[in-house]
Amino acid sequence: MTESREPNTEQQEEWQPKIIGFLCKWCSYAGADLAGGSRIPYPANIRIIRVPCSGRVNPLFVLKCLENGADGVLVSGCHPGDCHYSEGNYYARRKFAVFKKLLEYLGVDPRRFQVSWVSAAEGEKWAEIVKTVVEEVRAAGPNKQLSAPVDKCSGAPVKRKHLKND
Amino acid sequence: MRIGVFVCHCGTNISGTVDVAKVAEVARGMPRVKFATDYRYMCSEPGQNLIKDAVKKHNLDKIVVASCSPSLHERTFRKCVEGAGLNPYQMEMANIREQCSWVHHDKKEGTKKAIDLVKMAVAKVGKDVPLKRMRIPVEKKVLVIGGGIAGIQAAIDVSMAGFKVVLVEREPSVGGRMARFDKTFPTLDCAACILTPKMVTVAQNDNITLYTYSEVEEVSGYVGNFEVKIRKRARSVDMDKCTGCGICYGKCPTKVPSEFDMGLGKRKAIYVPFPQAVPNIPVIDRKNCIYFLREKCKICQKVCPPGAIDYEQEDEIIKEKFGAIIVATGFTLFDHSVYGEYGYGKFKDVVTGLHFERMANASGPTGGKIVRPSDGREAKDVVFIQCVGSRDEQKGLPYCSRLCCMYTAKQALLLKEHNSEAQAYVFYIDIRAAGKNYEEFVRRVQEEYGAVYLRGRVSRIFEKDDMLIVRGADTLSGAQIEIKADLVVLASGLIAQPDARKMAQMLGISYDKNNLFTEAHPKLAPVETVTAGIFLTGACQSPKDIPDTVATASAASVKAIGLIAPDELTLEPLVAKVNPDICSGCLACLQVCPFSAIEKEDVKDRLTKEMKIVAKVIESVCHGCGACSATCRVGAIDIAGFRDEEILAEVEAIT
Repeated sequence: MTESREPNTEQQEEWQPKIIGFLCKWCSYAGADLAGGSRIPYPANIRIIRVPCSGRVNPLFVLKCLENGADGVLVSGCHPGDCHYSEGNYYARRKFAVFKKLLEYLGVDPRRFQVSWVSAAEGEKWAEIVKTVVEEVRAAGPNKQLSAPVDKCSGAPVKRKHLKND
Repeated sequence: MRIGVFVCHCGTNISGTVDVAKVAEVARGMPRVKFATDYRYMCSEPGQNLIKDAVKKHNLDKIVVASCSPSLHERTFRKCVEGAGLNPYQMEMANIREQCSWVHHDKKEGTKKAIDLVKMAVAKVGKDVPLKRMRIPVEKKVLVIGGGIAGIQAAIDVSMAGFKVVLVEREPSVGGRMARFDKTFPTLDCAACILTPKMVTVAQNDNITLYTYSEVEEVSGYVGNFEVKIRKRARSVDMDKCTGCGICYGKCPTKVPSEFDMGLGKRKAIYVPFPQAVPNIPVIDRKNCIYFLREKCKICQKVCPPGAIDYEQEDEIIKEKFGAIIVATGFTLFDHSVYGEYGYGKFKDVVTGLHFERMANASGPTGGKIVRPSDGREAKDVVFIQCVGSRDEQKGLPYCSRLCCMYTAKQALLLKEHNSEAQAYVFYIDIRAAGKNYEEFVRRVQEEYGAVYLRGRVSRIFEKDDMLIVRGADTLSGAQIEIKADLVVLASGLIAQPDARKMAQMLGISYDKNNLFTEAHPKLAPVETVTAGIFLTGACQSPKDIPDTVATASAASVKAIGLIAPDELTLEPLVAKVNPDICSGCLACLQVCPFSAIEKEDVKDRLTKEMKIVAKVIESVCHGCGACSATCRVGAIDIAGFRDEEILAEVEAIT
């Protein structure tokens, strides 16, 4: 009897991937607004942070998200060539191409960090991208890798016994 | 710190999928939140008063409004909290409408996400610091790009308010597409009769400087202070000396197809595009002129009485500053050669509506006769096909070009007026005649002028005994139809100019998948762009007929005038700031700044008392993109309103 009760309570709250999106305010944030204005539904797993430009996103922000337990991070800006600040997204593109490699080197599943280009007119594309990213992160499973658990009494980081591969 | 959270229902827009009362209740338990409530319409006057009263009553110093997108109402609520005596930048919005209630249907999930979004805003507002708006001077001059009816009207309107305007047109004359039309629907005014007076006004008005045969090459700067480089292409004719007598093009031996007449007529190598051209000064087409090809001829120079021909003339670069820019670059026609059923553009007697306009025009290449381009014979049976390109997602455009129904009706009428024997057949899908007196006009064309309207598509056009056979279906009767036609006129859709994307990228404005320029808000800011100081008019934004074009031109002018009329502009203080104490002087930021807004500065180190080099931001030039901040190795540069601390607080709030 006890056996059947426990998994039930566990499974009531099914795991949902938590994704943080950094969206430039000129294109992708406006594209996400357009998805809303056009009532195009997409999964509720994403939390959007508005930034002036994809070039504003410091790779450390991404690392911080993953470290704090986010399951995925999406950076989205204007299409290359269309940056409101003329070249901010070029810097972002270059920076994150290298950064993605670095994350892979660290053993982070590449599905957890994605970059996309969505214009202010692409509400549908935005919804599609969120769907894809959510599905890919769901497939990657909960992010237990970069998050640093803390001992509740001492506050000191808990040494992990083994690193689980994603 | 005392934070107040205000959750909006937006009628049922938000409250339909988000439990707003619960969001407010949870917000009350968030750190430093002293007050939280929900209300039906937060942006309404009672809603704003609710915020102001709560600030007083609960002694709040920071505000979170959970409602729509900040792009819609950030300004409204900044003003509101400013009215309540707080710094306007101590307010954050949680976007729980566009990015929550409108895209999620499950109330539980929606509420959960809305709570998270409020949490993020509360965390961010907690880190916000008071900011002061910047004041900058304004250049009291407007640039209008494009000299069609849209640009002409905008230039005239701005000049009438007493401001200086520069109008740049890339063709040798202003007038644009409208100058090519014969008559205009639904009143049948002759296009030239209503346009030429405006063209002359543009040339004669003291406030308007006209640069024809010129193009905008570079745009930099920002609202109120755009710096623009204009290339005035070499006309090879001295504009000051030329009297416009026309002897030169009378004598020029080279004939080439006229672009203005859609290739139906010829022009010379030195030419004015049409008789009423403004300015009435010819240009030499250097690609076709014998002198430029073989260094011979020089006839025009010999015959020119004032000696205005100047073969040595070079392109001139003009640099000017403007406070505002109005974009009026217009449209071009959809290329029907992708349609096999219309002959891939091979049949000479299958023409576009614009060809028809030139033929119908009394001063056009055929002297006002509707003829077959193949043999010059007058056309009797003419088939008009609507929606060529428009409303065809497979091969053409997804959108409706809006004016083809009307211009086809007009052309069916003109055909009958030019030749009473003629018969018009119109293949249509739907007739969209929404406009003042438009429906009545179409009806008149059918009833009084006997145009036969057939609802259906044309499946094939082929040549037979020097006639065109048009095969199609009448879906109302279900009958297959074959019409022997002299001429087929395609109502080609309107598309963006081929270089529209380049223009948008130069101006830093956005465009949609059809390369049409995007307005800041489809309903409430239809002539503004997201880039402050740049406005749109005419068909470069979406297909528009002449009345709509003129209306948006006046609207854009009013917006531009409103911007440049005050002596100073207030700018958002969301710019970069260097902390000289930790700046290491590596100047990596200087390399990435797209606006050259960072310079070196020598300062005395506070600790060592020695001089050192640090980066310094020129605030009025900084756009606040944040590339510098993400590049800085020591974290010495931050963007006001989007500081590292604020963004990380948002991250931490939900992880």
